[in-house]
Amino acid sequence: MGITILIVDDSKLARIVLSKAIAALQPDWTRVEAGNADEALAVIDRQQIDVAVLDYNMPGRDGLDLAAELRSRFPSMSIAVATANVQDEVIAAAKAANATFISKPVTEDGMRGFLSGAALRLRSAGK
Amino acid sequence: MTAGTIALDGLERDALTELVNIGVSRAAVSLRKLVGEQVVLSVPSLELITRTAAAQLIRERENERLVAICQDFAGAFSGRALLIFPEGSSTSLVKAIAGSELVDEELTSMEDEALAETGNVVLNGCLASIANMLQHRLTLSLPQLIRGDGQTLFTDVGCSPDEGVVLFLYINFAINDRDVRGYIAMLMDLPSLAALKILVNDFIARVVGSDEAGLV
Repeated sequence: MGITILIVDDSKLARIVLSKAIAALQPDWTRVEAGNADEALAVIDRQQIDVAVLDYNMPGRDGLDLAAELRSRFPSMSIAVATANVQDEVIAAAKAANATFISKPVTEDGMRGFLSGAALRLRSAGK
Repeated sequence: MTAGTIALDGLERDALTELVNIGVSRAAVSLRKLVGEQVVLSVPSLELITRTAAAQLIRERENERLVAICQDFAGAFSGRALLIFPEGSSTSLVKAIAGSELVDEELTSMEDEALAETGNVVLNGCLASIANMLQHRLTLSLPQLIRGDGQTLFTDVGCSPDEGVVLFLYINFAINDRDVRGYIAMLMDLPSLAALKILVNDFIARVVGSDEAGLV
């Protein structure tokens, strides 16, 4: 079965940019999108998600809140939080959810480490 | 001139909001270093409204007199950026930065200077990030302190006094442990908005790829 990555960002432009970087680095992965945390949870209830990239500052629940929920439900999911807001408390909350930081604006280079790490973890888990 | 002539389409609005979000997020990191406490940000809002309506928007939320540090910016597009606090919050902010052991007279004497410096750090950080992402240099005026209501802040020096529509971008922030809250706002008039629209489209083409930009 293939690998599916979920992109959660309230900005359509940001989703396009993330999607483009992921397509360039992991062309075989299936990409699904959500515009907020509630939509993301609805997607996750419908289908298997292996990797998630979450925007931090979104209307409704923020990306760190969503990361914490995903972590409690899916202990081995690879999760990244994308933000330019690198305050100590934000970093600490991401670490607590065992999520990787990706700095915004997102670039292919900025995504590379996270995606190859996630690919490696999935391979070693036999996926 | 009506707003309709230079309306922003969905993706342009989206891109501009994202640019401001990134700029303000970086500025919040600088502000956090000054105050030593987390700065919590809202999601940015973007409106095409008159200056009077913009002032009204702030007035509806704030009964207190306001203190603002403003910097005018000029370049391919120009306008004014403001860091706005209710007066009570501005005193708490100076305490948070300067240290709570200062006596009241010392605080009063350094309040204006401390606010100007804070505004400089936050607004420069925000505007420089936006200018870099748009790949266009902006020159910034020195920070200036204004006290008054929303109307004073948005129509005082530097901006044309007409009742035309402006682009009004704002985000609110709070430093909960210090009882500080305020706004970061940006005002741009319509000729600037036309120039900004071109730069935003260039930005979209750069990050999305011009081949795909036409499709979204």
